[in-house]
Amino acid sequence: MLGSRPKYKNSAAFYDVDGTLIKINIVHAFAYYQARHPSLIESAVRTLKTGASIPVFWAADKLSRKWFNEIFYRQYEGASEDRLVVLAEELFEDVIKPNIYPRAKDLIDESRRAGVRQVMVSGALDFTMKPLARYLGVDDLIANRLEFVEHYATGKLQKPFVAGATKADIMRAYAKEHDVDLAESWAYSDSFSDYAMLAVVGHPTACNPDFRLRSLARSYDWPVLDLDEEPDRAASRRPQGLARVRQIRRHSPEN
Amino acid sequence: MRAIRPKLRSHAKEHIVTIDTDSAPRIMFSGENLLMEDLPVGTRVIYPNRPMTPVANPKATIRYALNHPEDSEPLHAMLEPGMKVTIAVDDISMPLPVMRTPDVRQLVLEIVCEMLADHGVDDVHIVIALGLHRRMHDWEIERMVGPKVWSEFWPDRLYNHDGCDPDGMVLLGKTPHGELVEMNRRVAESDLTIYVNLNFVPMNGGHKSMAVGLCGYESLKAHHHPKAIVESSSYMDPPKSFLSHSFGRQGALVEKTLKVFHIETVLNNRCFDGPLSFLNKNEDDFTETDRLKYQGMKWALDKLPFAARREIFMRTPAAYELIACYAGACDPVHARTLQKQNEQNVVDVQGQADILLMGIPYISPYNVNSKALNPLLVQVMALGYFYHMYRNQPLLRDGGVLILTHPCSDRFDPVHHPSYIEFFNRVLTETTDAYTIETKYQDELAYNPSYVEMYRRGNAYHGAHPCFMWYWGQRGREKTSRVICVGADNATVPSIMGWETAGSIAEAIAMARGTMGRSAQITMMHHPPYMISDVT
Repeated sequence: MLGSRPKYKNSAAFYDVDGTLIKINIVHAFAYYQARHPSLIESAVRTLKTGASIPVFWAADKLSRKWFNEIFYRQYEGASEDRLVVLAEELFEDVIKPNIYPRAKDLIDESRRAGVRQVMVSGALDFTMKPLARYLGVDDLIANRLEFVEHYATGKLQKPFVAGATKADIMRAYAKEHDVDLAESWAYSDSFSDYAMLAVVGHPTACNPDFRLRSLARSYDWPVLDLDEEPDRAASRRPQGLARVRQIRRHSPEN
Repeated sequence: MRAIRPKLRSHAKEHIVTIDTDSAPRIMFSGENLLMEDLPVGTRVIYPNRPMTPVANPKATIRYALNHPEDSEPLHAMLEPGMKVTIAVDDISMPLPVMRTPDVRQLVLEIVCEMLADHGVDDVHIVIALGLHRRMHDWEIERMVGPKVWSEFWPDRLYNHDGCDPDGMVLLGKTPHGELVEMNRRVAESDLTIYVNLNFVPMNGGHKSMAVGLCGYESLKAHHHPKAIVESSSYMDPPKSFLSHSFGRQGALVEKTLKVFHIETVLNNRCFDGPLSFLNKNEDDFTETDRLKYQGMKWALDKLPFAARREIFMRTPAAYELIACYAGACDPVHARTLQKQNEQNVVDVQGQADILLMGIPYISPYNVNSKALNPLLVQVMALGYFYHMYRNQPLLRDGGVLILTHPCSDRFDPVHHPSYIEFFNRVLTETTDAYTIETKYQDELAYNPSYVEMYRRGNAYHGAHPCFMWYWGQRGREKTSRVICVGADNATVPSIMGWETAGSIAEAIAMARGTMGRSAQITMMHHPPYMISDVT
């Protein structure tokens, strides 16, 4: 169709992930790892410990994303790299995939059809995001990376941290490297903490926004998307088969 | 407010009143409120015709039309068991305000669906032919089609058209003028399409139904451009409308390629009844009860917050009634529809106006159940639809002054009109030139992935729709010397659109007389309901 012809060149769409494309966040992923231990007792203890830590994580996140990262990722200390990577596939199938917002894939498909480069920018760990990036068909993934020494996690993140205002710096660097015009690019996020990421592009869009971001979007006239609504039954309403279309094309004056 | 004294009409024609020294003040809409204005002596006030008598039995009228079609076999003779049929139906943009249930489309659909079932036609889909309008909400569809059709067809076989669905659209071809014709795939693959039209204005119906209601963006570009509007005098007069000619060429290709059975219905103009019936009346004929009703309503509207006022109006459906139904081939059906519609809506007017007054109501085709009539829609009502409500020659002479009443608040519905917000705040502040907007911004808004997503799966108008709205007012903008907005709650919104503001009608008329002279002929269009002036 003519309408599907790419219209944008040198444009990119940057997506925050947690809360924007998927309903869950990095704590869910961590809890999944903690609950998957060879010993049942160990799994139970670790799960309880994770549950008890949630108020600390919450408070740290409210005070500073940097503190939160330091406290949160320390929990991964000692985890083996191969275990984390192998479990990431299961994590995607069991936890992430069922929690992708119903319209997230449609949005990315629309954007790709318009000729826009697709980039996920996430504060989650890269190995947990890779299966999702593959599933959604994005071109590039920018995510936090754990530091490993001899294939065991040190509990620290490699720099630069992908969070807050740093996301905007990373996007600028990405745009320079890939010849992307940020003024003609999109950014999607659910959180006020991603204000910098949204402000750096020409087409910011609030997705399932929190209260502060929704207010901000209203003030700045940014579009607001709610990806959590079920798309109406696109598959069932599309007629099947192309025989009739070919017939029509044969009879059209153009041919 | 001074008392309104009953006055005998001095004018021979019932639909035209010339204001005298003892004439009553006139009621004008100003968004979600009413104004009562004293007009200068000599002002002409044009009223719509009285509502025509409805058909006695709407269902029988519809059945008769299906069985005695224009230039076509009867519908039942076209049906075979096992065939694939699609029913396309007009969306919620007409009539305005929404009509009381049962909606006339419900009546037609129930009869057609029953006929299809009786003839063993099971593969039936109903598509809301919304073109690039917003998807109707499920509750709006339920209200429009009625419980019987809703329970049988929703959601798998009753849905909104999607003009941006790459898998759901096909290209039928090009007209000799090079206009692309895209079509909804389900319709293109059907053995028979039945189009159920609700005809409310002369620009709708006919070939526009299929060519626009079920098209995509690329085929809409063929006629939704500023030049088409400028060359339409007016677009409510099909023989003189560029738009209508283009719809005709596209529609002819559709009719040549697909088998289509058209059903068109015509309504009378009974816009208000019951407690609001005084709004249909000439103010000189007001009774004491009418005056009390007006004052009570005005008091309440003044006290209520905006959202409550809007809710009241939106929840007050119109009392429209069916006056005709025709079915069969597109051209003969539409010719009869137009004839009937003209009987209801055309009023004879002698001479053009130098200054034209119009109250802008709370509703337009594009803000049904929206949170506001946003500034672009105010513009399209004034310089688009109301300016174009004429035949022969414009009611407002070229170079005349248009005065409208509306608060012009900076209010938009972010769910229904997200791209309007960007258009108004970014595009219009950079340029108001429609031709520049068409070349520089239209495609950008049309292919913006966020807006495409909101159109396809949310309830937003297509990204390019605000551009079309701006073009819609292009002829009005080019032909008027000044546009003065009365009662605007801010100066910014009118100034972005190139309008001046005035605090009262008297001030606006004084300003207009500054341009048009002391002896300028002043005319007021008293709507809703709308009327089409046949100006000689």
